[in-house]
Amino acid sequence: MSAHLTAGFIDPARDGARAFRQVLDAMAHPGRIVTLDGPQGPAPCSPAAASVLLTLADATTPLHLAGAHDAAALRDWVAFHLGAPLVGPADAVFALGTWDALGPLAAYPQGSAEYPDRSATLIVEMDALDTDGARLTGPGIETQAFLSLPDVGALADNAARFPLGLDVLFTCGPRLAALPRSTKIGGC
Amino acid sequence: MTAYNFAYLDEATKRMLRRAILKAVAIPGYQVPFSSREMPMPYGWGTGGVQVTAACLVPEDTLKVIDQGADDTTNAVSIRKFFQRVADVAVTERTAQASIIQTRHRIPETPLIAGQILVFQVPIPEPLRFLEPREVETRVMHALEDYGLMQVRLYEDIARHGEIARAYAYPVRVEGRYIMDPSPIPKFDNPKLNNSPALQLFGAGRECRIYALPPFTRVESLDFDDYPFSATKAAGQSCALCGSTVSYLDEVITDDAGGRMFVCSDTDYCAARVAAGSTEDAA
Repeated sequence: MSAHLTAGFIDPARDGARAFRQVLDAMAHPGRIVTLDGPQGPAPCSPAAASVLLTLADATTPLHLAGAHDAAALRDWVAFHLGAPLVGPADAVFALGTWDALGPLAAYPQGSAEYPDRSATLIVEMDALDTDGARLTGPGIETQAFLSLPDVGALADNAARFPLGLDVLFTCGPRLAALPRSTKIGGC
Repeated sequence: MTAYNFAYLDEATKRMLRRAILKAVAIPGYQVPFSSREMPMPYGWGTGGVQVTAACLVPEDTLKVIDQGADDTTNAVSIRKFFQRVADVAVTERTAQASIIQTRHRIPETPLIAGQILVFQVPIPEPLRFLEPREVETRVMHALEDYGLMQVRLYEDIARHGEIARAYAYPVRVEGRYIMDPSPIPKFDNPKLNNSPALQLFGAGRECRIYALPPFTRVESLDFDDYPFSATKAAGQSCALCGSTVSYLDEVITDDAGGRMFVCSDTDYCAARVAAGSTEDAA
């Protein structure tokens, strides 16, 4: 085991509940940026991504660590705190990495027509996360919202596949925003 | 209190529920299967709603529980006490002061506001179930948007009764995609589902389904151009206690001689109007 294993939630039931409400708030309001004051995960995992994993991932949710996130320290942290099996993109329930490292969206489970919920949730680590950029409309948004998206074209294609498709959580430090597949991107 | 984990359920169960809730929010109106647990109350008493509420509760929440609009009926009182005991949360009967409202078969009269979560208890989540009993088939019907059978059902109502004769659990279409059962709320409440600033979550414990309406989601009650939907209630009556003519009314039998009165189904709304000395029509 490594000496750099960092702590999880201090009070798992209450800390997890608070973290989930922030994620739920973000998912119910696409483009809204929330803050997760959770524990630090090992680099390069952001605190927001660490909180999301501690709240939602466990031994029943295969996890794909992409690129630089597939590091020994993070693998040890996942093994100790989550017990999530580490898998490739095709089998992932959750995937964590930068946009470039995560690669083509088509590699992840998209859900089926009968069970569109059986699709992956991507946790995309961002260098910056701002409420400007692509225009978002759809459920959860009263008029319009804006979010700095890494690849408008690929995400618009994802939205066009509704009700299939991926749901994306963007993380940057302790901040998080969500882009469910139901959100329409672009237009005016 | 300390004998239980916060909000009763174990953490693995809450993670499972939370994943299902997030997928439900991402696919408005679609029923997400989940692994429903035994709860310390019988099916039909809101086990689905209780599990959704338990997955969402934080210690800072203020919880309101209503049963057919009333805060003081057995189901509402027992669920409220349950969460006081296992989550130590504040409770209220005032709609405006609640952050989470668990409801059986009503939407409060007081308009919901942004940030509130309304949790519905759902007995039968599948709107097509009485038209097609096989789950495998209803899944395909939802996948293909094959909803003709539901329109035929409504048409047959018109042919037999001269109107769409559904007073509650009136089916809706969510964002032009999924047909959804709004739980057995009176159709009077259906318009409140549409474009609500609050997050609406639906839990069906026995049937193991969770579904959701994010805020500001388009929810249309099914109808025909020449037989448009109308949100009806007891016609021509007003509340005997507060005088409201715009709230949903319950008919209460008062004696064995056929005496009756109409009162607001929403006890908080009615009590607040009585306390304010209002016997005039509500705006």
